[in-house]
Amino acid sequence: MADASIASGAPSRPKYGSMSRDRAWALRWSYFFLVLFAIFFLMPPIYMLITSLKTSAEISAAANPWWISNPTLQNYIDLLSQNQFLVFFRNSAIVSICVVILTMMISVIAAFALARMKFWGSATLATGVFLTYLIPETLLFIPLFKMFAWVNETFGIQLMNHWWTMIILYPTLTVPFATWIMIGYFASIPKELDEAALIDGATWMQTLTKIFIPVALPGIIAATIFTFTVAWAQFLYPLAFTTSTSELVLPVGIITTLIKGDVFNWGQIMTGALLGAAPPLIIYAFLMDYYIAGLTAGATKG
Amino acid sequence: MAQVTLRKVVKKYDEVLAVRGIDLDITDKEFIVLVGPSGCGKSTTLRMIAGLEEISGGDIAIGGHVVNDVPPKDRDIAMVFQNYALYPHMNVYENMSFGLKLKKTPKDVIDQRVRQAAQILDITELLDRKPKQLSGGQRQRVAMGRAIVRDPKVFLFDEPLSNLDAKLRVQMRTEIKKVHQKVRTTTVYVTHDQVEAMTLADRVVVMNGGIIEQVGSPNDLYHSPATKFVAGFIGSPAMNFITCQLEQAAGALRVRLNDALSFPVPADRTARYTPHVGKPNLMLGLRPEHIMETRPHTEPNQHDFDMLIDVVEPMGMETLVYFTVNGREVCGRVNPNAGAEPARPMKLRADLSNMHLIDDGTGKVL
Repeated sequence: MADASIASGAPSRPKYGSMSRDRAWALRWSYFFLVLFAIFFLMPPIYMLITSLKTSAEISAAANPWWISNPTLQNYIDLLSQNQFLVFFRNSAIVSICVVILTMMISVIAAFALARMKFWGSATLATGVFLTYLIPETLLFIPLFKMFAWVNETFGIQLMNHWWTMIILYPTLTVPFATWIMIGYFASIPKELDEAALIDGATWMQTLTKIFIPVALPGIIAATIFTFTVAWAQFLYPLAFTTSTSELVLPVGIITTLIKGDVFNWGQIMTGALLGAAPPLIIYAFLMDYYIAGLTAGATKG
Repeated sequence: MAQVTLRKVVKKYDEVLAVRGIDLDITDKEFIVLVGPSGCGKSTTLRMIAGLEEISGGDIAIGGHVVNDVPPKDRDIAMVFQNYALYPHMNVYENMSFGLKLKKTPKDVIDQRVRQAAQILDITELLDRKPKQLSGGQRQRVAMGRAIVRDPKVFLFDEPLSNLDAKLRVQMRTEIKKVHQKVRTTTVYVTHDQVEAMTLADRVVVMNGGIIEQVGSPNDLYHSPATKFVAGFIGSPAMNFITCQLEQAAGALRVRLNDALSFPVPADRTARYTPHVGKPNLMLGLRPEHIMETRPHTEPNQHDFDMLIDVVEPMGMETLVYFTVNGREVCGRVNPNAGAEPARPMKLRADLSNMHLIDDGTGKVL
């Protein structure tokens, strides 16, 4: 190379640079927008963090809202020493975990049946599952009131004002969507894989547990994350169906106990919201690696 | 070890008949290849034998027992799929032992069988690998290993080589043949590649449009095809079909291609062909190797003719020449040193002793 450029007598300039130049510009632009969006979306949680570290007096003072003059952990101490906050947290945790387990058990089995066992009406049923997801919960809670009243009159079981009622309620939102995700995932598994299992002597249940669940693990984890997030952040149903302080879940608990009349205890509200957002964040961080891993690689033709 | 019998087997998808009542007897330890163009019903037939498709009519028996309503796992078969269908989350050992584990086979028996199969297929050092760490050929071996381990009555292969590149395909073809010589098990093999069919099969079953066109040894199909379809499907380059008429002139039978070109019919065919004199829709079928360059010595039934060559394709050991008769392209195989050149006339020789006369109306070879 060096000899050639000397021989030609001209300073050598690589002519193959345009591709990498294009790439460099594309990268610069994507970084620009990524940073822009990151700032935009990180602003609220940072504001929450800053506010949670201030005293009430400093929050109400007309100072720079982004600056803390006297940082304090008093809001955290106050909130965590209140027994009721821990009750909200416990209620939310039990409800969310139970909802995740219930949802995944129903939707994995339902999705397997709908995706693989071709039976009469299976395609219509699969679409139907998705359509139920499209009905907003704001339309559902009034009929649900009616149903709860009927259950109370007929069987004498009071479903109103219990945190555990949420375990039956939330799956109406999570099961359709989780099932839909899983149908898509199972449908992407090559048909030959279950045929091979069938010939190998596996029953439908063994095909599901030994082949489909391991292969579709990324999809199952995606559905789990989704279900947990929905269950943890659900606001409308607990607001409508629970009233006693001991029966509240975290999102509703923070709002109803820390806003007294028109007095907003901003410091503690922000602290509660921040602590409440922690579990989903931790779960995301742990499961993301699985979520991205492509497990189906190598099943069939490479 | 078992024979497989198909009696009037029908497969209907809604209103479409995929398989139209086929009869087939596969003897014990035989290597049968089902071959045909896509959509001919060969894969459907194989899947019906496997039990992956329900049959709409007729009977399928394996080892003398009708298995119409027997689920796949109880048919004692093993299948190798086109895309291998290896379980991606299991390593090679687990893939091969999965079926035996489900059958609750003792661990030491599983281990012995897996290692034996791995040895036959030369994949012992791959046993700990996951499918995605294997090449296409290795995956194909593992898929075969999974079948061998189960020691089934029947092996079913569904186009197992079509995902491999050309070189590997030839290599694996030999491999499959070797394995069948070592592990003599009744085998049904589906392919659309007639070369694979010819090289592997004890008997070839040519299917077309849901029916069996012909069953026979590779040589039978090649030299005595029963129908125009078989004649055209088996052999590469394909057999030439030229419209012709059969005429009786001065006591001798001749095939007349056009005003300029006619050949006397070989004496041993005269009696067979005489009833068809004057019939419309007749075709002369002649394989490319029976059209050659002219030679000093003339064998019986060989006749020279002059032809303008359109295209010349040198293949190394032979040269293919293409010319046009009655508006159809005709291919001949000549010696590379015969001096064939495009757009030049050439003296060619037709060997009529291997001719076929075809009724184009019925598609039958007369």
